[in-house]
Amino acid sequence: MKHDDIIALAHLARININSDMVDDVTDNINNILSLVDQLQQADTDGVEPMSHPLDASQRLRADEVTEKDQRDSLQSVSPAVESGLFLVPQVIE
Amino acid sequence: MEWETVIGLEVHVQLATQTKIFSGASTRYGAEPNTQACAIDLAMPGTLPVANEEAFRLATMFGLAINADIGKRSVFERKNYFYPDLPKGYQTTQLDEPIVGAGSVDITLDDGSTKSIRIHHAHLEEDAGKSLHEGDFEQGMSGIDLNRAGTPLIEIVSEPDMSNAAEAVAFAKKLHSLVTALGICDGEMSQGSMRFDVNISVRLKGEEKLGTRTETKNLNSFKFMEEAIAMEVERQIDVLEDGGTITQETRLYNGDTKTARAMRSKEEANDYRYFPCPDLLPVIIDDEYIDQIRQQLPELPAARCQRFVEEYSLSEYDANILSDNTHTANFFEETVAITKDAKLSANWIMGELSARLNADEIAISDCPINPTQLANLIERIKDNSISNKIAKQVFDSLWKGEGESADAIIEAKGLKQVSDTGALEGMVDEVISNSGAQVDNYRKADPDKRPKMLGYFVGQVMKASKGQANPKMINEILLKKLNELL
Amino acid sequence: MHQYTIAELITGLREKRFSSTELTQHYLDRIHTLDKQFNSYISVNEEQALASALKADERIAKGESGDLCGIPIAHKDLFCTQGVKTSCGSKMLDNFIPPYNATIVENLANAGAVTLGKTNMDEFAMGSSNESSFYGAVKNPWDTNTVPGGSSGGSAAAIAAQLAAATTGSDTGGSIRQPASFCGLTGLKPTYGRVSRWGMVAYASSLDQAGPMTRTAEDAAIMLNTMAGFDAKDSTSVDEAKPDYTATLNDSLEGLRIGVPEEYFQDGLDNDVATLIQSALAEYEKLGATLHTISLPHTHLAVPAYYVIAPAEASANLSRFDGVRYGHRCDNPSDLMDLYKRSREEGFGEEVKRRILVGAYALSAGYYDAYYRKAQQVRRLIKQDFVDAFKQVDVIAGPVAPTPAFGIGAKSKDPVSMYLEDIYTLPTNLAGLCGISIPCGLTPNKQPVGLQLTGNYFAEAKLLNVAHQFQQQTDHHKQTALND
Repeated sequence: MKHDDIIALAHLARININSDMVDDVTDNINNILSLVDQLQQADTDGVEPMSHPLDASQRLRADEVTEKDQRDSLQSVSPAVESGLFLVPQVIE
Repeated sequence: MEWETVIGLEVHVQLATQTKIFSGASTRYGAEPNTQACAIDLAMPGTLPVANEEAFRLATMFGLAINADIGKRSVFERKNYFYPDLPKGYQTTQLDEPIVGAGSVDITLDDGSTKSIRIHHAHLEEDAGKSLHEGDFEQGMSGIDLNRAGTPLIEIVSEPDMSNAAEAVAFAKKLHSLVTALGICDGEMSQGSMRFDVNISVRLKGEEKLGTRTETKNLNSFKFMEEAIAMEVERQIDVLEDGGTITQETRLYNGDTKTARAMRSKEEANDYRYFPCPDLLPVIIDDEYIDQIRQQLPELPAARCQRFVEEYSLSEYDANILSDNTHTANFFEETVAITKDAKLSANWIMGELSARLNADEIAISDCPINPTQLANLIERIKDNSISNKIAKQVFDSLWKGEGESADAIIEAKGLKQVSDTGALEGMVDEVISNSGAQVDNYRKADPDKRPKMLGYFVGQVMKASKGQANPKMINEILLKKLNELL
Repeated sequence: MHQYTIAELITGLREKRFSSTELTQHYLDRIHTLDKQFNSYISVNEEQALASALKADERIAKGESGDLCGIPIAHKDLFCTQGVKTSCGSKMLDNFIPPYNATIVENLANAGAVTLGKTNMDEFAMGSSNESSFYGAVKNPWDTNTVPGGSSGGSAAAIAAQLAAATTGSDTGGSIRQPASFCGLTGLKPTYGRVSRWGMVAYASSLDQAGPMTRTAEDAAIMLNTMAGFDAKDSTSVDEAKPDYTATLNDSLEGLRIGVPEEYFQDGLDNDVATLIQSALAEYEKLGATLHTISLPHTHLAVPAYYVIAPAEASANLSRFDGVRYGHRCDNPSDLMDLYKRSREEGFGEEVKRRILVGAYALSAGYYDAYYRKAQQVRRLIKQDFVDAFKQVDVIAGPVAPTPAFGIGAKSKDPVSMYLEDIYTLPTNLAGLCGISIPCGLTPNKQPVGLQLTGNYFAEAKLLNVAHQFQQQTDHHKQTALND
């Protein structure tokens, strides 16, 4: 990973990185990647990927309304709310 | 140069469940902002999704209706991107293992031929919220309403099998008719219940390779879709003929201003980093479940069309029109159940009723006249209480809500047809005595020309009766009286 | 009163030797006096605690109380507590007051347990030393120059310093067991799906599991009785019968087959730790168990697999912290992108950002197969190692961590050296099994060391039985950091 790769990755993850931190972050990420690169030694031919520890299946919920309007309580922790709406700087489509 | 257009559709269909796909919050349309967005829908920390059984049932119904393979194991994945209307920062959707596999839908083209449009797959996913750009809040900001976030959708992905706007619209209408017939979607396009993304590319005729495509997103009416396709095809051809190249981009069409543009927020290539959602396990369904749903499937438009031909002796053409829209088909059958006259009922629904609905831009589900009222009107025509002409007048009154029933309007306005022989004879006598010249001409005319000349006298009698005279009886009386003068 | 185990406190409360109010006040006083040294609590809720103690006393008086009624406990600060700040050790959630309770918080409250406060932790549970907390490092009560382990470091230190009778923790890669080892207590990570994850702020959803941190295995059994169980709000919660975990504590270990994985005793294992583990194993032989050398051949791949899977899941789980609906929001964002990027830059600490970036990388186009998919395949190989081993043995025993508690700052500059701390605990999470850490003695430097026991799926009762029998035979668990 080079500096530019880190900056692109950070953009993808929507995290600002200060320019004086980029070196440090790049080094650390590269160290971590060389650790995880040990995976490449493993012979995994024909092994099915395991997404979940228990090979279980999804339980489905009945289609019944269980949630009441809790807007006031849920928005009590919101940084910017007006007329019941969450406010963000203008969304440009 | 001769160009060829290639069109594929991605159709988002909101499923008619009571609650969200992963929470127990209501999906009812039109609530106050964020009053139907619970902690799960807002992606509050520590909350977890539980999948809605009904969403799977409805998606499975769709799959069976298009003869697709049903995914007995379907897996939810996370599609990662940041957008204010996407609270978790990822959309929970299906990718490699969707609930509905490949299938197909037949469309009927204007020349009466049919074409099969292949469906690549249909997957379940959650809808996003809405960003409002103006309202009762600070200028320069957008307001986020997450009521719609988490509403279950199936996204139907077609193969690029359509070659012009008409085919694309026919396909879109067919899907609309299918999902409403199945009852899995309310079909309310103005409320966003069905939205269309259109992938368009052009290539020189004979060329094998597909051209670079653009995607026009979020079209929510057939009319806009038709316009947007026509405009985009023309744009692409213009660009290519001027020696330019097409950029793969996402576009928006504004139906009010009839303009289109590239979406700015989609400029950068997205890397969605899909991976299986660890909060949700694979959904496993078995043959028994699928069979059970298959048995509960309602009659689909194609089958209903066939039945209309057989049961009501309608023409293939009429049956097709009447069965295409579930509401229209139901309206028809409810009317026939009372009138017992399929042909006359069909004519009224396809004629006067459709024309009026179109003119006023009203869906048949919101029709101001119900089948019982229409049937009553038709019965009065059949028993000669009113003429066809008066019937149109009564229909108009019913439409405007001037009376509860055809009978009430006929009564109140005194529109009942005059079938009283004495009264009619009086009118005929008066017309004959006031029409000396025409009577003379009639007498002198060749006998085989006379029937044609009868029209004048009929018209006069009808005029005298304000249209309420029974035309058949007038004919008979006139013939008798005129012949007496020969 | 603070020396008592839960089992002893239950008796004391029932026999009216003291009230829950007195007990709660006593713990609150200790926290006020002592916690400055350890920083184990992020918030202390004196009023609420005393109010629920009063209610508990009423229930006890009416004889309606269950085992945990009136017992003062503390929750790791990633369990949502209605009306009480739940920070996850992060600036991002420094202002977050949940309007709902985590299921385990609800279960424990319904049982009458008294919540003293919320304990410190590595930010978003990412860490093995509790140094990544926005609220400062936690200090190990055995030696305040050393770390308490992590990420449930506050929960561990609070028990070691006797500032709560029991605490809750969460374990994604060892975050209950490793601090339990470093702080000389009993820490149980239940089987994945045994305890509801509802209301526990997610780090890595397919690995996270909540569990109790206590002085003894018996106390852990009492806590688990209330914490465990099916929860319809968690799709990954398992609808399996829940035994009474205290019922089988006294079963004999005669004939118990203990597997000892050779891979857990190779390079990198501290000599003092190895010695203590060996003597603990010898103790088990005296209890009638037999030792069997086994192999878990993919152990060396656990660290790399974990550090792909956990960051990948975390990178998505932490996307919801965007400054829009709750949590930290930067001042005066110039546009939407600025709002996202600066809120997340300011709200997250360095280790969290690192893991988000690693996770995003492992999932990104062109790398998914080489990293994420590969790690998921290795995960299955690691699980299979255990499945094979449990055909031959009843439990698996070994060290929890390669070393005793290390010095504050010793590894914080080198993430990879920190990650290698988790080598013996990660496989349990990847496989989804249950595991427990129990004290097995002090090093010559008077640092506690834990023995790790790993059980088969849903074998918590067996694990607790095996741990309890050891504690009947030994008094390592009675050693305390503070002599007051």
